[in-house]
Amino acid sequence: MTRPLTPANQTLRRLNWDWKDGLLIFAILALIMTIIRTASQFSGVYNNQFQVDISLSALPSYTAQTLLRMSAAYVPSLIFTLFYAYTAYRSAAAAKVLIPLLDVLQSIPVLSIAPAAVLALIAIFPGQRIGVELAAILLIFTSMTWNMTFSFYQSLCNIPLELREAARIYRLSAWQQFWTLELPSGAIGLVWNSVMSWAGGWFALIAIESLTLGDKNFRLPGLGSYLGAAADKGNYGALAAGLMALVGVVVALDYFLWRPLIAWAEKFKLETIESQNSPTSAVLDFFRRSPTLRIVSERLWQPLTEKIAHRWTSQGRTAKPIPNENSAPSQWLNWLFVSGLGLIVLWGTWEAALMLRLLSWSDWQKVVTGAVLTALRVFTALVLSLLWTVPVGVAIGRNPRLAQILQPFVQIAASVPATGVFPVLLLFLVHIGGGLQIGSVALMLLGTMWYILFNVIAGAQAIPSELWEAAVVYKLPLIERWRTLIIPGIFPYLITGMITAVGGAWNASIFSEYVQFQGKILTTDGLGSIISQSSASGKYPLLLAATAIMSILVVLTNRLVWRPLYRLAEEKYQLLG
Amino acid sequence: MVVQIATERLISLNGVSKSYQQPNGQEITILDHVSLDLRAGEIVALLGPSGSGKSTLMRMIAGLIPPTKGEVLYHDQPLVGLNPGVAIVFQSFALYPWLTVLENVELGLKAQGIMSDQRQQKALKMIDVIGLDGFENAYPKELSGGMRQRVGFARALAVEPELLCMDEPFSALDVLTAENLRFELLDLWLERKIPTKSILIVTHSIEEAVILADRIVVLGRNPGQIRANLPVTLTHYRDRKSPAFQAIVDQVYKILTNPELKEIEKQKEVSPIDDGKPQKSQSLPAVRVGSIAGLLELLEDRQGDLYRLAQELQLEVDDILPIVEAAQLMDLVHIQEGDIVLTNLGKEFITSGIDERKQIIRNQLQTRIRLVQRISHLLQAKKNQRIPEELILDILETHFSAQEAQQQLKTAIDWGRYAELYSYDEPSGEIFLEHVTTEELSEVGI
Repeated sequence: MTRPLTPANQTLRRLNWDWKDGLLIFAILALIMTIIRTASQFSGVYNNQFQVDISLSALPSYTAQTLLRMSAAYVPSLIFTLFYAYTAYRSAAAAKVLIPLLDVLQSIPVLSIAPAAVLALIAIFPGQRIGVELAAILLIFTSMTWNMTFSFYQSLCNIPLELREAARIYRLSAWQQFWTLELPSGAIGLVWNSVMSWAGGWFALIAIESLTLGDKNFRLPGLGSYLGAAADKGNYGALAAGLMALVGVVVALDYFLWRPLIAWAEKFKLETIESQNSPTSAVLDFFRRSPTLRIVSERLWQPLTEKIAHRWTSQGRTAKPIPNENSAPSQWLNWLFVSGLGLIVLWGTWEAALMLRLLSWSDWQKVVTGAVLTALRVFTALVLSLLWTVPVGVAIGRNPRLAQILQPFVQIAASVPATGVFPVLLLFLVHIGGGLQIGSVALMLLGTMWYILFNVIAGAQAIPSELWEAAVVYKLPLIERWRTLIIPGIFPYLITGMITAVGGAWNASIFSEYVQFQGKILTTDGLGSIISQSSASGKYPLLLAATAIMSILVVLTNRLVWRPLYRLAEEKYQLLG
Repeated sequence: MVVQIATERLISLNGVSKSYQQPNGQEITILDHVSLDLRAGEIVALLGPSGSGKSTLMRMIAGLIPPTKGEVLYHDQPLVGLNPGVAIVFQSFALYPWLTVLENVELGLKAQGIMSDQRQQKALKMIDVIGLDGFENAYPKELSGGMRQRVGFARALAVEPELLCMDEPFSALDVLTAENLRFELLDLWLERKIPTKSILIVTHSIEEAVILADRIVVLGRNPGQIRANLPVTLTHYRDRKSPAFQAIVDQVYKILTNPELKEIEKQKEVSPIDDGKPQKSQSLPAVRVGSIAGLLELLEDRQGDLYRLAQELQLEVDDILPIVEAAQLMDLVHIQEGDIVLTNLGKEFITSGIDERKQIIRNQLQTRIRLVQRISHLLQAKKNQRIPEELILDILETHFSAQEAQQQLKTAIDWGRYAELYSYDEPSGEIFLEHVTTEELSEVGI
């Protein structure tokens, strides 16, 4: 009689240790030590007059600190995502408030929250460095979490009905259902959005690490402030070193962290056919076959999860099914939740209105003109991006080999923050003598064109080859080909790319319209400049007004422009599946 | 004298109805006053065309959906919440793609709080019984459709349910695999290798029901009601070609096609334009004119038993009955006691060319199909001769659910377009009359 070949009774399995495993153990130990050492630097008294050291020897320590900050912001944003999206998913009443709120929160720029965050945390930890660190972590958190929340919520809503019914009929407890069904369904979206979140975090990094409020300086040692200081002092060597470190870190993260995660997340695809071009990662393959991880998983991880799961699931057959959505106590809870949230929103609006009354008419005029100017710049950046990314993207997408080679590069280019390159751009501009008007548009371009390129390549790849062949057979002239085949074909992807790009452009305007550079202040009229200026100088009513206008503009464009276009893309331009 | 064996009554439904409230306040009835008993030791098949509420009925027995009226009793006690003695096998398998076969089968056991070793043992035993030994570590995407459904079976049987409910379990599989699995299930049942006391299978295939079931419950639609409760006393394993088998299949077709006929007779008395009197609403089956034409062509030399036609064409109830219904609505065929016969108009249709066919359909639509009459009437009444589809949808939604209304509209548009009665612009969602110029009319010969 044969026994089933489960892990428990495999006799041929010998532990094949090799040098790579040794390296793995060493790497894990080294990582733990580095984290402890870096974290210990976060405590202690904060030095107000801190000057960033731009010698090369400071670079490794600064890089480690930046990475620790980003990770410390990422974990809470992941946990926040899980709670927020799950609550919105479980309670329809809460969703009505939480999802529009998410829209608004996503549109509030980082620097608008900066003064409030910093002042609050300084008050809690007066004079301590940990206060400033926490403020920085909080700001990075706000630039990371919103898109992950949206994505997880969407994944939860798209769980197939039958899988949910199976969970109910087999009486899975809420805990078990979360870990077996709901979290895995969202895994792919969470991984991709984590990549985007880190890119967003890098983007805001320079500004966050070099915060100035009024005359007070809140600079923290890190890669971002290093780059800022190097550009400020005009030290090309340090600047180049810093940029190389930045690109190096991004590439390393991509290879050792994101690629394996993306390949691992393929396991959670709901499609049941093995796709031909699934992403692969050498690092993941190594992990999967490594005896170290197998031992850790079997001896430590699995028994631990068993014990936890057993405590949280019901004992015996008298399992309590998941409470009905429409039962009286849960409706009452819904009501409490919604009204509580409503009260907070009302109170916030009231306080905001009081603050806004302090503004004069000319202040409002400044804000509105600024809004118009920045909007024009965003539009210009968008058009310029489209002009080159669409032809190039289509050309790359049509050639599969070219696409395969170039796509990782484009992905990395999208991850490297344009704000890191911005100082170089500024130096260039100062030499030529162009104003910040061009510089601002250039930064927007740099930050956003990769998203559009990325999406256009994907869109061109998605057009079935038969449609291209038909165009050749019926001898379509070039303009006709673009009008009837290419543009409609890539339309859905184009819209997706443009939505992200425009959002990024608005964000970029804050960092690019008001810059303290080499002792001078470069500025140009615009909404972003108003926000940076008022944030730095402590003019809170103006900051609030400008932020509100920017949020309103972003949310309005979302609803009035992007949503209808997206729906048009889904209905008219979907390729026949 | 009938001897009643006192077998355990597992589930009974008493006067159960299910209806849904529409946003516009209308109530759509899915099931109307259904009473049913499920006893231990029998396989019951719930058979009916799509839209007859059979899946809803099964889910009410499982406790997933509460009834609007009436009660569901489990062991003679009213059922509250999920039915603890029921496990379901789903049509599209419902396996979790990120869990191995073993983990999928253990799912229900884990939820019951059984510890790891015991759980694994039970799961492995079930996997062995179902014939997937050796595939414990495989992921669903590595398995074929038949193997995936076996996992679904193993998962259901591992929790040792009293009643095993199956929702069209073989319809997503190819013919050979389905046949194989059917007989394996029957083997397991007859040899008592599985702990279930009773099986309920929801199906739209009459042959499948007759092959497996000890009792066939036939459901009709509009509204969902039990039309018949047929016992099948043939000994296993049943032969498809035997006269007794064919007789039962024929009987079921008679039952399924009969109520439709009564509905058509009523329609003949109704005036072409609706005068607002509440009547049983005419429901258009979702078929294209092409299918109707195809059926008529085939009927040229094959008139007779409808069930034989379905068998020859390898069509299930769900596929052939809507086409037959549509052909009946247009008076192209006539059904009597389960026999299908071409009417004179149908014979004329077959021998005509494309233009004459369009003319025939046009006439029939304008005299017999109320929805098409309504649309034409509204189009004539408007000056620009365009109406938005929402107008028709609102009218339809007084009798049908939103989804059903969409389907009816699509069908009406398809038929209207074929008959060249009106046109439709999909992006703007408008139905309109195309203006045919006098030159074009003279070309056609009018």
